[in-house]
Amino acid sequence: MTAPSTSTSAPPAGRARRVRSTGTAATRALGIATIVTIGWLVAFGLGFSPADRDQEDAVRILYVHVPTVWLAYLAFVVTAVTSAMYLFGKRHSLGFDRFAGASAEIGVVFMALTLVTGMLWGRLTWGVYWQWDARLTTTALLFVSYIGYLAVRGLGGSHEQRAKRSAVIGLLAVIEIPLVHFSVRMWRSLHQEASVLDTDGDIDMDGLMLFSLFVGVVAFTLLYVWLLLHRTRVMAMEDLLDDQGLDRALDARRAEAQP
Amino acid sequence: MIAIAGGAVLALEDAGFILGSYAVTFAVIAGFTWRVLRSGRRLADRIDDQDKYWT
Repeated sequence: MTAPSTSTSAPPAGRARRVRSTGTAATRALGIATIVTIGWLVAFGLGFSPADRDQEDAVRILYVHVPTVWLAYLAFVVTAVTSAMYLFGKRHSLGFDRFAGASAEIGVVFMALTLVTGMLWGRLTWGVYWQWDARLTTTALLFVSYIGYLAVRGLGGSHEQRAKRSAVIGLLAVIEIPLVHFSVRMWRSLHQEASVLDTDGDIDMDGLMLFSLFVGVVAFTLLYVWLLLHRTRVMAMEDLLDDQGLDRALDARRAEAQP
Repeated sequence: MIAIAGGAVLALEDAGFILGSYAVTFAVIAGFTWRVLRSGRRLADRIDDQDKYWT
């Protein structure tokens, strides 16, 4: 990003810079709701929910592990949808591109947490941190794909070039999600099948355990929306400063060219 | 044995992994959140309010 050289100067008369953050009353309310539900998650996940018959207390990792992967899936689907809206929309609005980029970034953070918490859970239940199992391998592949997506976003070029090439990758990478999700059924896997629904589609969890998981999903979904709003606003400002820096550089070159 | 909220008791050998998974999760989320908010504050000082579509 090209930083403008006059970044610390006072704004011209008539221009105000009173809003000194990306927050609004709505995001602040959302942030408070997120913190409260995260508190509930810790209380229910570590305290109130019962130990599992087979896994005993190790099952408590489920309440952070499953919500992180749910959030990563959601974030990558949002990236794909907003990428499609950019590519196939009439206006080719860069706002969609920024939503896609912000969502992918948050998704990568949550996917990394899925891998780490999964490794800790695996060490307790399987005795090893990692196995080249179908679910673990496809999850790692999905993670690396979106690292690649973010790397492509960081390449040079105009905002439109960035938007177009990353939108194509965002639409291709999302195809991996069904592969990850159904890997435990398609191949013999060490990883357990779906945690909530059994093979008949019925809920197969104790009520308090299910509630703890639900609290985790709600907490992380609120967190995702909150982070998405803030990160998109930061990206909008980065793009604007980039454009202003380019305008200044062009003005300087024009001034140099004049006799 | 480690006693925690709600009267639950974790076996010591499992507690490190269980509490560690929560600690890593919330530490990473806090770090990412702090980074986003700090960027927002830094950039908002350099942009006019009329260009901030959320105001």
